[in-house]
Amino acid sequence: MVGLLIMEEVNNLFQGFAVALTLPNIGFMFIGIFLGVLIGVLPGLGGANGVAILLPLTFGMSPTSAIIMLSCIYWGALFGGAITSILFNIPGEPWSVATTFDGYPMAQKGKAAQALTAAFTSSFVGALVAVLMVTFLAPVVAKFALNFGPPEFFAVQLLTFASFIGMSKEPPFKTLMAMMLGFALAAVGLDSVTGTLRMTYGQESLLKGFDFLVAVIGLFGIGEILLTMEEGLAFKGHKGRISLRDVLDTWRELPKYWATSLRACLIGCWMGITPGGATPASFMSYGTAKRISKQPEEFGKGAIEGVIAPETAAHAAGTSALLPMLTLGIPGSPTAAVLLGGLLIWGLQPGPLLFTEQKDFVWGLIASMYLGNIVGLIVVLTTVPWWAAILRIPFSIIAPVIVVICAVGAYTVHNSMQDVVLMLVFGLMGYTFKKLKYPMAPLVLALVLGDMAETSFRQSMLISKGSLEIFVSTPLAGTITFLALIMLLWPLLGRLKKLSRG
Amino acid sequence: MKPGSHLQMRWIELLVAACFVGLSLLVITDSIRVGNAWGSDGPEPGYFPFYIGCLMMGGAAWVILQTLFAWKKDDGKEVFVERNAFHLMLLMLIPTSVFVAAIFVLGIYLASLIFIAAFMVWQGKYSYFKSITVGMGISTALFLLFEIWFLLPLPKGFIENWLGY
Repeated sequence: MVGLLIMEEVNNLFQGFAVALTLPNIGFMFIGIFLGVLIGVLPGLGGANGVAILLPLTFGMSPTSAIIMLSCIYWGALFGGAITSILFNIPGEPWSVATTFDGYPMAQKGKAAQALTAAFTSSFVGALVAVLMVTFLAPVVAKFALNFGPPEFFAVQLLTFASFIGMSKEPPFKTLMAMMLGFALAAVGLDSVTGTLRMTYGQESLLKGFDFLVAVIGLFGIGEILLTMEEGLAFKGHKGRISLRDVLDTWRELPKYWATSLRACLIGCWMGITPGGATPASFMSYGTAKRISKQPEEFGKGAIEGVIAPETAAHAAGTSALLPMLTLGIPGSPTAAVLLGGLLIWGLQPGPLLFTEQKDFVWGLIASMYLGNIVGLIVVLTTVPWWAAILRIPFSIIAPVIVVICAVGAYTVHNSMQDVVLMLVFGLMGYTFKKLKYPMAPLVLALVLGDMAETSFRQSMLISKGSLEIFVSTPLAGTITFLALIMLLWPLLGRLKKLSRG
Repeated sequence: MKPGSHLQMRWIELLVAACFVGLSLLVITDSIRVGNAWGSDGPEPGYFPFYIGCLMMGGAAWVILQTLFAWKKDDGKEVFVERNAFHLMLLMLIPTSVFVAAIFVLGIYLASLIFIAAFMVWQGKYSYFKSITVGMGISTALFLLFEIWFLLPLPKGFIENWLGY
């Protein structure tokens, strides 16, 4: 029975490869990886807002080609973040902050090539493990989720948001506020169920509501540029050049660290499926590796394990974040949220039905995850000096260019100047939020999922005639709701434990 | 701000929390307006947003209380932003705002050209020639990419008219 199931997935996967391996799609894959690495290297352009800016360009493409290109941008950005961390001690992406701890010291010791090779290879390994998991687990989850009704869906969404509050590094109340702001912004405009106008206060411009793409471009793009400017960055970096010998030597050394790598994969996959995302995964993996290591004092001075652990976990988390997005319609990271928004725009309903109704799309995407990461590994290993050169372009040129790109991106979402002004407002908000430790990921997620969460909540209420008991009425919904409550109260439980210990 | 001084974290914290309170009031009043109860055919449109507004208000109230309780202890020591850093941030924020305003008048291509060139001259101390070349390059690339390749029209001003496009 299990064997039969696996056979079916393998079959589907091969069909997916047939979809992904057409000439135009391979072309999009390369374009995606190149753009992604570029985005990952440049400050102010990250995975989430890079994909958001490019999304409008894909409206005319077939959904399969579009998702292949956009997800490759995501892989590229994951690879690119490591380059700046190791050579310049500047994390190009939040998930590569942990890579700077040991990557940069390695570069200072003249071992930049080894650090880069180790980072790229571990990223690849992390992604591969996560894709394998997605391949075999996603169809099972999707099949299981076919039995979900509105209460179960709302419970899953509750779990997502509750785990944000319980697990986030930021203060729980601020996480809650940011999230509610996202929900409130999502509710502005025409209510799809009753056709009532909500929270427009007579402003015609508010009729169509707030677009999450504009929010993402502002919060992550403009906000990041303002923060970078404030630090007055001068990029001073090490030379990055990788010879074939460096690669082979490092590869020979890597199998020694299989245990670190395996732990990092597990942490990454777990954090990706639950909406932890790549950034906390990389920190957690680094911390665990340091705690378990026989020479913890070497960490921070250029230990290769300190590069392997965060990179593997970040890539594994980034990849497995697509599992809940595809199967349940719940993205595990901001970038996955943007991709999910893309699915909706292309007219695809994410969720369990996607696996039965849009087989080509789903399996094409999964196949492209394998191929995209292989392409990505080859591209980054061969082109590192080139990317390092881009980083030497002074910030006084890069900053205005990125602002222009963000403005164009915000405009093309709806061809409206109002969105460009909004982008600026969101940018200032992103800057302030970052400083005050209001997390932005839950805001974006709530903005994307707001309508869906509200719909499933209202449908459940309709079924139960207004009683909240429906969320515990079936064993399935009850279990998920219970888990959500545990997640929500997690910080409180930790505090109680501390208290009881004295 | 005086030289060497900073914006205090506690004031900004209060300001932002106050904004949240204001927003939550907007959400709650409008939810009550459209109905937040149980209608004849199910939950009314304000049913869900009403609770969203309440939760937002609760969170903001908590942050305000927390800030006020720590007011004496903090004594303005915690820094939101140092004066110099704030200055640098404004050097980016103000030109960006002017750029966005300029798009309305000049269209995006000309505004981008001027913005990039001016920023390079002013912040990077590049020569006029170099700066204008980079600005022209980016604008032209945008034009080719959007108007010709992707056929997505971007906002234009008098210059495009004048050039006969």
